[in-house]
Amino acid sequence: MSAEVLLKTPLHDWHQAHKGRLVEFGGWSMPVQYSTIVEEHTAVRQRVGLFDISHMGRLKFDGPDALAWLEKVTTNHVARLSPGQIQYSLIVDENGGMLDDILVYNRPDGLAVVCNASNRPKVLAQFEKYRAGFDAHLIDQTFDTAMIAVQGPAGLATAQRHFDATLTDVPYYHCTSGTFLGVPALASRTGYTGEDGFELIVPNDQAEAAWNALLDAGRVFGILPAGLGARDTLRFEAAMPLYGHEMDETVNPYAVGLGWAVKLKKGAFVGREALTRFKANPGKARVGLAFDGKRIPRQGYPVKLDGQVVGVVTSGTFSPTLGQPLAMASVDLAASKSSELVVDVRGQDEPARVVPLPFYKRSSTHG
Amino acid sequence: MDPTTLKFTPTHEWVHLDGDVATLGISKFAVDQLTDLIVIELPKVGATLTKGKPFGEVESVKAVSDLYAPLGGEVIEINDAVAGDVQILAEDPYTKGWLVKIKVADTTALAGLLDHDAYQAKVADEAH
Repeated sequence: MSAEVLLKTPLHDWHQAHKGRLVEFGGWSMPVQYSTIVEEHTAVRQRVGLFDISHMGRLKFDGPDALAWLEKVTTNHVARLSPGQIQYSLIVDENGGMLDDILVYNRPDGLAVVCNASNRPKVLAQFEKYRAGFDAHLIDQTFDTAMIAVQGPAGLATAQRHFDATLTDVPYYHCTSGTFLGVPALASRTGYTGEDGFELIVPNDQAEAAWNALLDAGRVFGILPAGLGARDTLRFEAAMPLYGHEMDETVNPYAVGLGWAVKLKKGAFVGREALTRFKANPGKARVGLAFDGKRIPRQGYPVKLDGQVVGVVTSGTFSPTLGQPLAMASVDLAASKSSELVVDVRGQDEPARVVPLPFYKRSSTHG
Repeated sequence: MDPTTLKFTPTHEWVHLDGDVATLGISKFAVDQLTDLIVIELPKVGATLTKGKPFGEVESVKAVSDLYAPLGGEVIEINDAVAGDVQILAEDPYTKGWLVKIKVADTTALAGLLDHDAYQAKVADEAH
């Protein structure tokens, strides 16, 4: 894909002007880092970091059957959402393969979905495919709004500074509407880093003002703008699956430990029959692997047990927090019970210990 | 080592030739582009390098990159300090962060490499 056709967030000019290293991601031109991945990662773990996540798809649902339509297309139980609550959910195809992982919001102004940037066209197509019989429609607000994540121990204080609603009262995986810098905005206590924090949705024309105000509010805490590189190492340590790594259309939710986001008893929904079978036999399991050497296992590297290939690395990196190479892998169920496995790192076998996930869990919990 | 006296490859390695012994490293531009260096793999003393072929790899948080031999020859010394602590390379790519020394088979091949100005022009182009 050439640079000219990449989508740009309303903060693109800011990223360019502040040494953001721009890469293609999901059809968008996005900053992978401004300084170094480790510095940005550490800022989020210890202080606060600011991410432009405007590339994520934002879909608003309207009409009397919006809830029923969402129940039909997504795997989690939408009707269970209390006002302001948010749930992690999945969209699967008829065969139980994952089309996307999403958040479903019970916003003050109605139901909404946030989906992955690269999967937005697929998600839109899936809702359209199953629209018959529902008096409902969706509005794609992706290009009308910006989304900014404020993550880290000082994320709450940073986000609160210019937000009129009291954010400390917002529990984890809940949202509130209010005004930010006097303009209507939505704040959700969600994130993709394993830290406390908020994600703000503001109108497009307020994006840069909001971004600058957040940087200013976070300066006292040592805020850094952070790119997709740190976002990946942070979510990885927290063992949050990433579409295209732990998930794709060939993977069923139970094989990645996401069965909790599938509610088979909620009634009919797309993929339910296939998922019922996968629940009984997921085929694979997701495991965490730790390495004593320094060579990094990357996505696609074979995982072996007793010389036989039993799986594949789905994500691997050097963990800035734990100071060692770590990996998540998809392996055969029998092999997942083993305490030691081997990863073929570019032709050389590296011993790995099977360790519990997540690799990192913050010490204090909120909400 | 004064970078203005070095020769460079388009793949960001540098060479300093003294008689028939070449010292090899990677450029500051490469180090700055990679960021977050974790580990480097270097060949063993006695190994033979072939011009244009990989002779090792440098790994950062984000990715692993091959090191390409600017010249062919036999490895006579490796920088054990860098092999043990890649931060030395990150901090000082032209002096303390040299990688290997080789006995060069054909020193005339040096003429095909970029001088400092040509290399700078190339990376300025790459950065845009």
